[in-house]
Amino acid sequence: METGKVRLRPPRHALDRRAIAWWRTQGALVFAPAALVPAVLGLLIPPAAWWLLVPAAVIALIGAAWCAVLPRWWFGLHRWEVTDTAVYVRSGFLWQEWRVAPLSRVQTFDTLRGPLQQRFGLATVTVTTASARGAVKLRGLDARLAAEVAERLTERTDATPGDAT
Amino acid sequence: MTGWRRLDRRTLGVTAVLMAGIAVSAGTPIAIGTRSLWLVPAAALLVGAGVLAEYARWRYTRFRCTAERLEIEFEFVAHTRKSLSRERIRSVDLTANPLHRAFGVAVLTVGTGQHETSGSGRITLAPLARADAEALRTELLHRAEAHETAGGPLATLDPRWIRYAPVSFVAPTLGLAAFGALFKVADWFGAGAGLLKWLLDLFGDLPLPASTLLLLALAIVIGVAGAAGLFVEMWWHYRLEREPGGTLRVRRGLLTTRSITVEERRLRGVELVEPLGARLSGAARVDAIATGMKSDDGKTEAKTLLPVVPRAIAREVAARVAGEPVAEVPLVPHPPAARGRRLRWAVLAALVPVLVLLVLGALLTDVLLVLGGLLAVVALPVALLLALDAYRGLGHGSRGRYLVMRAGTVRRSTAVLARDGVLGWTVKQSVFQRRRGLATFTATTAAGSGAYSIRDADAAEGLAFAVAAVPGVLEPFASVPAEASRT
Repeated sequence: METGKVRLRPPRHALDRRAIAWWRTQGALVFAPAALVPAVLGLLIPPAAWWLLVPAAVIALIGAAWCAVLPRWWFGLHRWEVTDTAVYVRSGFLWQEWRVAPLSRVQTFDTLRGPLQQRFGLATVTVTTASARGAVKLRGLDARLAAEVAERLTERTDATPGDAT
Repeated sequence: MTGWRRLDRRTLGVTAVLMAGIAVSAGTPIAIGTRSLWLVPAAALLVGAGVLAEYARWRYTRFRCTAERLEIEFEFVAHTRKSLSRERIRSVDLTANPLHRAFGVAVLTVGTGQHETSGSGRITLAPLARADAEALRTELLHRAEAHETAGGPLATLDPRWIRYAPVSFVAPTLGLAAFGALFKVADWFGAGAGLLKWLLDLFGDLPLPASTLLLLALAIVIGVAGAAGLFVEMWWHYRLEREPGGTLRVRRGLLTTRSITVEERRLRGVELVEPLGARLSGAARVDAIATGMKSDDGKTEAKTLLPVVPRAIAREVAARVAGEPVAEVPLVPHPPAARGRRLRWAVLAALVPVLVLLVLGALLTDVLLVLGGLLAVVALPVALLLALDAYRGLGHGSRGRYLVMRAGTVRRSTAVLARDGVLGWTVKQSVFQRRRGLATFTATTAAGSGAYSIRDADAAEGLAFAVAAVPGVLEPFASVPAEASRT
């Protein structure tokens, strides 16, 4: 085993495959305007064409590479798992992060579906504990699965007595 | 005490004096500027209106304390009613500023420790007669008045502690504020420039830099005196007690008296805080790590159990509050790679402004080159010293029911956190940390700042520690069998 790695086993489930497309769309939505604006300006203002078209091309290239490579990589890194006792999530790539919240300490489960997520049939489940800084997020689950998970978890935590602090 | 009651009538007197004070202090500069007399009736009107409004508030506000609930009601045009379940009351604080004390009243604040930021979880009874307030506090916290304290106070004020007041950041701030206020007043009379000239002339024929230095020294002296005065105001009559009902009570204040209660059921640990100045003079402060502390005031004093005192006393008080000698726990130092990270960050932080100055200097003027050189000579050693010190401060350990985590240099904090107060763990590792075998382990909690971190611990050792620290949380996910507990 390679030294220096945090020896936590990866959570059992991968995200929904559609998350890759979702991330790609997000990337495209950021990069496309950033590339298009200088490109259009460059075509409209011939004297400055070079100064605008080259950066536009560079941004477009970076964006294309970003959308092609990164989401696939992230998909391998983002994993989640709900056991009988805890919610366990791994996320991040340059700054990897493992979060564990025991179900006995969880206060609420929220599901959120943004406009983009709805198009891809995805949802985010936010697991909140009494800590101001301990929220665990499951981003990019299948919407139906997310609702199911949230419901199952809510039942289970409702059964736990106390105020979970 | 079940029937409806009113607040204390003397609040009218308090308001009258307060409004008069506001009228005089706000009116004086205007009166001097305009030299007219129409301000007098205006001031009288202000005082009258204030008292009338306060009369309405007093007349139509009533509260009652039943066996289950504490309720307060205001019914005049609008109707508001607030009701707290007595079971959920977590804190009952008393405050009395000099004006309140002159009238023999105190303000009682009842908190539930939940949703305090929105103000809905809190009832303020302003004001009550002092004895009534004290009696209501005792009643609300379910304690008979008969047995006052068990085993004497945990700590009382030692006047010698005042020597630590000037080493805080407060002193220079106060010194500058004093000059600021002086110039503000002078400005009202249109004499700001004259004042500066007069101050500089005060030192006769000394050259300008010398007189400036003298003025700076004067500001520091004023700042030190101010900090000492503030300390006396805040901490005189200080007493930390453990009360029979399972609460800690801090009483303090010279002019404004405060009584702050922390329920031990809400206490998740203590934090030994050593700001740089205090640490250099061998002193530390003790804060409570408790759930539902009033964090919306922006005041840190509410959670401070003990002001800056000699470290030995701070450790002893922390141990007595926690019930275990938590400050003497031997801590596991972090790997040398953590020192390397800190040194690199320090050099980077010091070099960036230097490089900016040098580049600008090369492009624009030589003065900036000299400045950049000077900055490098001063900032680099300071940054390196701070980095080395930050590394020395890193450590974690555990004892009994507590985890101990230490970090920081400008504000070194030793967090003593109860294991059963840990809600979950977050493990973070950046690519740089991974290369050097480090990771940051963060325990999340409902109390205090919400999360306390073990920064840059050895990835394997830190994980074993975190797994053993709170049984059952990380264990199922650790891919190697947890090493034996390090307790």
